[in-house]
Amino acid sequence: MSAPLLQVSGLVVRYGAVTAVRGVDLAVGEGEIISIVGPNGAGKTSLVSAIAGIVPAASGSIVFGGKSLAGIALEDVVAHGIALVPEGRHIFASLTVTENLLLGATVRSDADGVRADLDRSFTMFPILGARRRQPAGQLSGGEQQQLAIARALISRPRLLMLDEPSLGLAPAVVDQVYVLLRSVREQGVTILLVEQNAERVFGLVDRVHVMSGGEFGLSGTAAEIKTDPRFDAAYFGVHMHEASSGAKSEP
Amino acid sequence: MEHSVQTLVDAVSVGSLYALTALGIGLIFGVMRLINFAHGELITFAAYALLALFGLPVPVMLFGAIAVAVLLALITERAAFRPLRSADPTTLLISSFAVSFFLQKLLILVVGSRLKGLDFLPALGRQVELMGVRLQLLQIATIVVSAVLLVGLTWFLRSSRLGLQMRAAAEDFRMARVLGVRANRVIAMAFALSGILAAAVSCFLVVQTGVVQPRMGLQLVVIAFVGTVIGGLGSLTGAALGGFLVGAASILLQALLPPDLRVFREAFVFVAVALVLLFRPQGLIPARGLKERI
Repeated sequence: MSAPLLQVSGLVVRYGAVTAVRGVDLAVGEGEIISIVGPNGAGKTSLVSAIAGIVPAASGSIVFGGKSLAGIALEDVVAHGIALVPEGRHIFASLTVTENLLLGATVRSDADGVRADLDRSFTMFPILGARRRQPAGQLSGGEQQQLAIARALISRPRLLMLDEPSLGLAPAVVDQVYVLLRSVREQGVTILLVEQNAERVFGLVDRVHVMSGGEFGLSGTAAEIKTDPRFDAAYFGVHMHEASSGAKSEP
Repeated sequence: MEHSVQTLVDAVSVGSLYALTALGIGLIFGVMRLINFAHGELITFAAYALLALFGLPVPVMLFGAIAVAVLLALITERAAFRPLRSADPTTLLISSFAVSFFLQKLLILVVGSRLKGLDFLPALGRQVELMGVRLQLLQIATIVVSAVLLVGLTWFLRSSRLGLQMRAAAEDFRMARVLGVRANRVIAMAFALSGILAAAVSCFLVVQTGVVQPRMGLQLVVIAFVGTVIGGLGSLTGAALGGFLVGAASILLQALLPPDLRVFREAFVFVAVALVLLFRPQGLIPARGLKERI
């Protein structure tokens, strides 16, 4: 097997005295769709933020496409081919839908290609086409999520990272978002998907890592994880040996 | 009738100068959350550039004033504000005071604190008759140039790539950087634009007063800052409008107040400001979706 597109090794992220990510190893192969699930505060966002260059890694390495991302400025990460759909969407509310999408193409210099991709976005996300001149702040939550995904895709990323794309959306709207992700996947974009809601991701992804307390407690294919009796324990952060051998009494 | 038109034109012209100053402050606040009191020194230094180049052709003097203000803006950004970019707004504010005082004292040290007369563009002092009303050419020039700068700036922000990046950075700088927007470039551009605006204000101020002195920019900036606050910090339209209103109001009060109350006109302006902030604490045109800086 060739080297994975993204190789994270021994990654540690600290905020002052708090350690949010404790030595995580993660490999994402080209064309794969991988999910990290875990409860609130598990360190999922910190992990993704470190890969995106938003927070520094205290130790460990992040290698993408054969190049180390250590010490790279935040604004240079996207040029390497990593696009982020952040938690809370972070669309530019006062700018129009088209302007938001154009900002997604900041690192591209092929004006004609960008225009073609803009039209392609409007085909793939018809509601954005219909509202292209409206301020993005006027869109509904689900529409804003579509905009955030379209904005990330227009940079033509090799890896698309999505942090809780279903957060705050009605279940029917989440279904729509997942249908979209499926079509993004069919275009061959590698996806790293962070979710709190594990049930959602099983039908979509290849492999799942269950994260809790800053570590991966359980990893496997979606089918394996779905039926693994250790899932609840891993999700809620009980250590494996404790979960299997029952509660240990203190000496 | 003639007198009231003259007063109105005077109010609009002074309001325009404050609007340009407030815009210069608002541009920097937008991208950096920095209230740059050293903006006043950009105005002052541009005026001294005019003084130093006096006697040369007018275009050379104008170019010199713009170059000095832009360069000084870029240098203060690089030397004083870039190292503090992730500091909190209070630290930035205090360092802008430090920069302001430093530049003022530097000027006093080098050229002295005395007023110096400067008869720049005396032709603008002429009266012209427009639709039966006698007006000062300077006022018309101020209004026209301010309008051109406002339109030009709006065009730049709306239609250029860098302008779009500046607007995005003003709303959510970190997300803009995630998309590849270069923080250094956007911030340097904001400072350069504020330098251009300061140079324009400086030229009109020199023509109007006929003097230069080391504190000339500061008074203007304090009032213009009040304008950006009542307009709504973080909103450029708000800054321009707020600056304009404060400037125009002080001229109108000067004309409309009974003579023995005129010395208190600033007090009336600030009462009005207090009232605006009481009823609209976010300003007249609040900034939308203002997010924390990087």
